[in-house]
Amino acid sequence: MIGIPDPLVLTAYLGCIAVAAVSVLYGLIRRNAAIDEVTREDRAWAIEEKRVEDER
Amino acid sequence: MTGHSAVGWVDIVVILGYLLMTAYLGWLGYRGTRSAADFLVGGRSAHPVIMAVSYGATFISTAAIVGFGGVAGLFGMSLLWLTLLNIGVGILLAFTLLGEPTRRLGHHLGAHTFPELLGARYQSKGIQIFAGLLIFLFMPLYSAAVMTGGTVFAATQFGVDFEVALLVFALITGAYVIPGGLKAVMYTDTFQGLIMVLAMIFLLWFTYTSLGGVTEAHQALTDLADLVPPPLQAMGHQGWTAMPAFGWGAPGYDLWWTVVTAIILGVGIGVLAQPQLVVRFMTVRSRRELDRGVAIGAVFILLMTGTPFTVGSLSNAWFAQHGPVLKGQVVKEIDPAKGHALVGLMKESAPGRWEPVINPKTQQPAVAPMLISGHEPVQDAAGVSLDLVSGRAPSVVYAKGDADQIIPTFINAALPRWFGLIFFLALLAAAMSTMSSQFHTIGTAAGRDLYERLTGRHGAEPSVLVMRIAIVVGLLVAVSISYTVRGEVIARFTAIFFGLCAATFLPAYVGGLFWRRATRAGALASMAVGMGVSLFWLLLIKAKEAGAIGLVQLVTGGKQSLLAGYPNWPSVDPIIIALPLSILTFVLVSLMTKPADAQHLARCFAPAQAR
Repeated sequence: MIGIPDPLVLTAYLGCIAVAAVSVLYGLIRRNAAIDEVTREDRAWAIEEKRVEDER
Repeated sequence: MTGHSAVGWVDIVVILGYLLMTAYLGWLGYRGTRSAADFLVGGRSAHPVIMAVSYGATFISTAAIVGFGGVAGLFGMSLLWLTLLNIGVGILLAFTLLGEPTRRLGHHLGAHTFPELLGARYQSKGIQIFAGLLIFLFMPLYSAAVMTGGTVFAATQFGVDFEVALLVFALITGAYVIPGGLKAVMYTDTFQGLIMVLAMIFLLWFTYTSLGGVTEAHQALTDLADLVPPPLQAMGHQGWTAMPAFGWGAPGYDLWWTVVTAIILGVGIGVLAQPQLVVRFMTVRSRRELDRGVAIGAVFILLMTGTPFTVGSLSNAWFAQHGPVLKGQVVKEIDPAKGHALVGLMKESAPGRWEPVINPKTQQPAVAPMLISGHEPVQDAAGVSLDLVSGRAPSVVYAKGDADQIIPTFINAALPRWFGLIFFLALLAAAMSTMSSQFHTIGTAAGRDLYERLTGRHGAEPSVLVMRIAIVVGLLVAVSISYTVRGEVIARFTAIFFGLCAATFLPAYVGGLFWRRATRAGALASMAVGMGVSLFWLLLIKAKEAGAIGLVQLVTGGKQSLLAGYPNWPSVDPIIIALPLSILTFVLVSLMTKPADAQHLARCFAPAQAR
């Protein structure tokens, strides 16, 4: 099939495309599924991260 | 050989234009929202394309494109299993299973580096110092792999010496990473990622088109199976579209163990414990951003690794059909019906007189598998008549047996010159985005994880100085390694670092995210076992690395491995031994030692706080 006789290499070739396709589907299906909120803790962490970055 | 070389004014203008564009984007970002932290502080969301491509550009470097692409040119399309793991493990599994717990744990504990995350989770200064030290000592090896990848290509593309290309590459890298200002600019990473995407799409399209289509290209490669060079056949190479021979206890299975354990598993699993990638999860705004990033990240990695691995393999078919014509004398017929033969290469020493080409490595006449297309009667240097054959060979012959040279040689010979320049920019982009994050990680390991932890001084001016010095030292070490060690080092150095990180960090990192019973002693013991066994294996067992380092020869009186008399063992990657031992140690020691206090665990595993 498609010029690749070894089934294991063919599996890898088609598997790469299949896993990428599954990932795209996952991303599309779940694009708004999870909660998207920034907590006080997240913001405090980011302010500290920014301070650390600016120091460098 | 045909191809093109020398730096023209157009090359210089385009490269300068690219560098100015990168600097401009960095400056634009510097004035406003520049990093993931800015997005979080502002309460805004980075576009999923920006988040995923920025992550991917950090993940993928010249090591994947030139190094592993070249390994695919040597070993074939079995390397696509690594692409499968890169997408399935490095993106799908990492983003969906590890991303959110890492982000949450990092934010709960106020950790900003990977060693700090481990140290805070296990309430251990020692763990943070251990992890920081390992990163500081070994990450320059990975940086050297990335730097060599870019340098080898630049030297081939522009026809300059490796040393000159390395110096220029090091200067550009130094200008980029030492000031530190561009390190976290996601727009710059994204710009670089998009150049890489365009270059890979064209490269894949060109290669398949020039070989007559997808199936035709694969079939042409399949038909070359008997032209695999004899030394590779002896290791178990069965053709570029076949897996290596599998088995145990004979040298004919060595290639399977090298490809599967070192390249596919070592790098495919090792990506989960890469410090510079783990910290990316902490800068993500929410689970939703991670979910959205999966789609773009997977397509990006498919293009970035699938393309070079496929093209690297197919370069053998391209050279066999369109490569420069080689001449020589048949040494051994392989398949007379197909015109396949082993040929002793010859060159014209004087008009009408031919002499053998000498292989500089072996000082023996160079012999290559060839697809013969013509015969002509000539005379050798002594005036004796001989049948001179002409034909073409697989890419490994044109790359003089060096995997690192396969992709540069193919681009130089097969593609138009303008593409060589674009591809160089793509490699420069891939190298810059990865190296900026590598050196940033080296700097924070030295400043925040080592200096601040050892001295107890936090956020002080000297800590910043230590970071800058560490970055300069790391850069000098990486350049020195690139300068000193040559020949098929890109993939090997990358695999060593990835395997070392997996064996040392993976059990403590994943256990720390999901297992409340994990203890400080368990984590520390597993890290020590993982690193200790990996280094032991690299120094004394794994023949290629141990032989190059040289300690094993001193211990054994000249052998390449302590297990030199036991076939296949010297080809097994350390990760196969070190990671299971590290996991076992982590579980057993954790179960035998006192659990962390309940209050700390409640903090680590607390649900997200209200807004």
